[in-house]
Amino acid sequence: MSTETMGSDSLELKSGLAGFFDDWSSDQRAFKGVPWGKAMMWIFLVSDTFIFGCFLASYMTVRMSTLDPWPSASEVFALSFGGDPIPLILIAIMTFVLITSSGTMALAVNYGYRKNKWVTFWLLLATALLGATFVGMQVFEWSKLIFEEGVRPWGNPMGAAQFGSVFFMVTGFHGFHVSIGVIFLFIFSYKVARGHLETQQAGWFTKRGGNYEEIEILGLYWHFVDLVWVFIFAFFYLW
Amino acid sequence: MMEHIAHDETSFVRPAEIGEMELYHPKTWLGKYVFSQDAKTIAIQYAATAIAIGMVALVLSWLMRLQLAWPNIFNFIDPAYYLQAVTMHGMIMVVYLLTALFLGGFGNYLIPLMVGARDMVFPWLNMISFWVYFTAVVLLAASFFVGGGSTGAGWTLYPPQAILPGTPGSEAGILLMLASLAVFIIGFTMGGLNYVVTILQARTRGMTLMRMPLTVWGIFVATVLALFAFPALFVSAIMMSLDVLLGTSFFMPAIMTMGNEADHVGGNPLLFQHLFWFFGHPEVYIVALPAFGIVSDLISVHARKNIFGYRMMVWAIVVIGALSFVVWAHHMYVSGMNPYFGFFFATTTLIIAVPTALKVYNWVLTLWQGNIHFTVPMLFSIAFLLFFINGGMTGLFLGNATVSMPLSDTLFVVAHFHMVMAVAPVMVVCGAIYHWYPKITGRWYHEGMARFHFWVTFVGSYLVFLPMHYLGIMGVPRRYFEISGTTFLPDSAQSVNASITIAALVVGFAQLVFLYNLIVSAFNGRQASGNPWNATTLEWQTEHTPPEHGNFGKELPCVYRWAYDYSVPGVEEDFIPQNVPPGNAQA
Repeated sequence: MSTETMGSDSLELKSGLAGFFDDWSSDQRAFKGVPWGKAMMWIFLVSDTFIFGCFLASYMTVRMSTLDPWPSASEVFALSFGGDPIPLILIAIMTFVLITSSGTMALAVNYGYRKNKWVTFWLLLATALLGATFVGMQVFEWSKLIFEEGVRPWGNPMGAAQFGSVFFMVTGFHGFHVSIGVIFLFIFSYKVARGHLETQQAGWFTKRGGNYEEIEILGLYWHFVDLVWVFIFAFFYLW
Repeated sequence: MMEHIAHDETSFVRPAEIGEMELYHPKTWLGKYVFSQDAKTIAIQYAATAIAIGMVALVLSWLMRLQLAWPNIFNFIDPAYYLQAVTMHGMIMVVYLLTALFLGGFGNYLIPLMVGARDMVFPWLNMISFWVYFTAVVLLAASFFVGGGSTGAGWTLYPPQAILPGTPGSEAGILLMLASLAVFIIGFTMGGLNYVVTILQARTRGMTLMRMPLTVWGIFVATVLALFAFPALFVSAIMMSLDVLLGTSFFMPAIMTMGNEADHVGGNPLLFQHLFWFFGHPEVYIVALPAFGIVSDLISVHARKNIFGYRMMVWAIVVIGALSFVVWAHHMYVSGMNPYFGFFFATTTLIIAVPTALKVYNWVLTLWQGNIHFTVPMLFSIAFLLFFINGGMTGLFLGNATVSMPLSDTLFVVAHFHMVMAVAPVMVVCGAIYHWYPKITGRWYHEGMARFHFWVTFVGSYLVFLPMHYLGIMGVPRRYFEISGTTFLPDSAQSVNASITIAALVVGFAQLVFLYNLIVSAFNGRQASGNPWNATTLEWQTEHTPPEHGNFGKELPCVYRWAYDYSVPGVEEDFIPQNVPPGNAQA
């Protein structure tokens, strides 16, 4: 009979580390009550963290290895409204907009679970518009750097060529993430407004029914993109 | 444990936590066979594509060997052509064949069946994953035909040379290679997320993690490694593409090329090496861990004995996976990095040998006093052990910084990694294909051809790679177009090269027999029963052979025991399938 008790089918709860491993390796699901899509989004975000981690590590490496002086962020990213240039003002507004969108997103998730269709819709739309505003300001920032200050991926008048290279690459990759998020926010505000998440209407591609958990999954992605921005903000603009 | 009083067969397992999976049953031919969302069909698509591009890489290795053996005879192989063959052979075999075959092929086929799921958790994403992979293969194959040909930078693609004029394929080949890798990674991420979530969140009732077959454990940890290691390659592919396309200097220092100063300044070539090997070393285990897992199951089934030290085997897989992220710079001892780094990475490299050796001991101890059936899968499993032990031993030489320095960039390295991560996993691939062939096709392979394939491949691969160790110790460099005329090498080195080439050609043709066997037997083979090996795992307990869409019948199986109840004392049959309830086994 001894072979039949292999594994963790004993009924008593174990304490400490043994209990932790028992929980983790238990029947059917490692994360109890977590839907598949949410688990998948979490794991994807860890993988994406490695991508941004590699980008930021590469940025620091090239910043150390280049011999030319690194341009001063507070001068390059200053913006003048008639008077003296104010350092980092645009970035401050962009950061404020993006963090605000995290707030509206969190509320959208909450109202989604309450099945409050229209509040969820407006909050999702607000999140999408704030995200779009962020991308718009990034376009403005990029065009100012390119057309007024002459910063190019391969060089710039202020110093090390890598400044422009990593700036465009990393903020571009982040902006791409934000844009994808904005597209999905628009798609989901449409789905919420049409009631697709309540009627569990099958998705366009996947043929699977949707539900309000998907708002939370989208929220996970959106908060992650915001969190990445905090790191980019710290490493690019404050250093 | 008599306190489990069974009222009926299912009272031993918890009630179902997950509702039935929605499956999309396509009505069109296109939806059924081309854009199929059935993991088993996707698995076969992955495997077929991987083997097809792998055959290209096999032919490339023949061309390399022909040049090395008889340098002046094959005039169409010029140095550039040779380097292109080296590069494409390496990259295709490691990424597009082995990674795709183990994870996309075996992963897709076996994960849902072995954990008792109807399909992957997101079948549509799974389908897209294959087509993105297919696109990556097409991009890669396209690079053979563009102006300047495919890249000849070596599979490591080190800058600056990879993108400077003078290196073959520096025009379009390198860009297509980088694009193909990026696309591959995107496709893999889609599939990989599916595999991981299916294993974590979609197991059947009673299938705890510690009851999963080691095959699933190996594929699971390898997929996690891939999800965390491929980002480094993805990022370096983007940065190198920018260096080529936009003239940025991520990896490019100020450098003279063709007598002129290049436009680059201030970049860091070592950065690429670190990023590449941060991917590259886990990649070794991405290929090896599924092989470890599968071979454990093959040995257990065909020796009719439970796997020795199941828990240790699981932990060894997990620990190897974790350690594989902190050994990467042992590929860079000669790169000029800080010697203290070398010390650190040599230490971690030797530490990773501990769980690996533990696994080898456990395989041998599983065989020990087992009821060994010398079936074709068992033969390949034993061959795997021999190759793996051999390759692992030379790994100890190359892991030590001081010993590794003189051996660096010689054929010793080539012999080492072919033994440990090329031939050894390929032995498992062959064994696994033969093992699951009756389930996948419902028919038997031709036994005689399979045994012929085994013996030629086994003996031939030794004849190819064992002499390479001697050539390497003599100082024959790798990736060289020609070694004749070098004074420190005796003429006999050339004779050894010729003999290696003959063996390589024979081994290569044996693979054609293998493919012929697989294709012809799928139509003409003997009918196979549902569980011809008397195995315990769930994929052998399906209602239909081959399993239908949805894998199991109306009810998903319940799991009552681990996967290794072979030759249990007091039980008449020498195996108890995982879905047999306690008490019923004695019958």
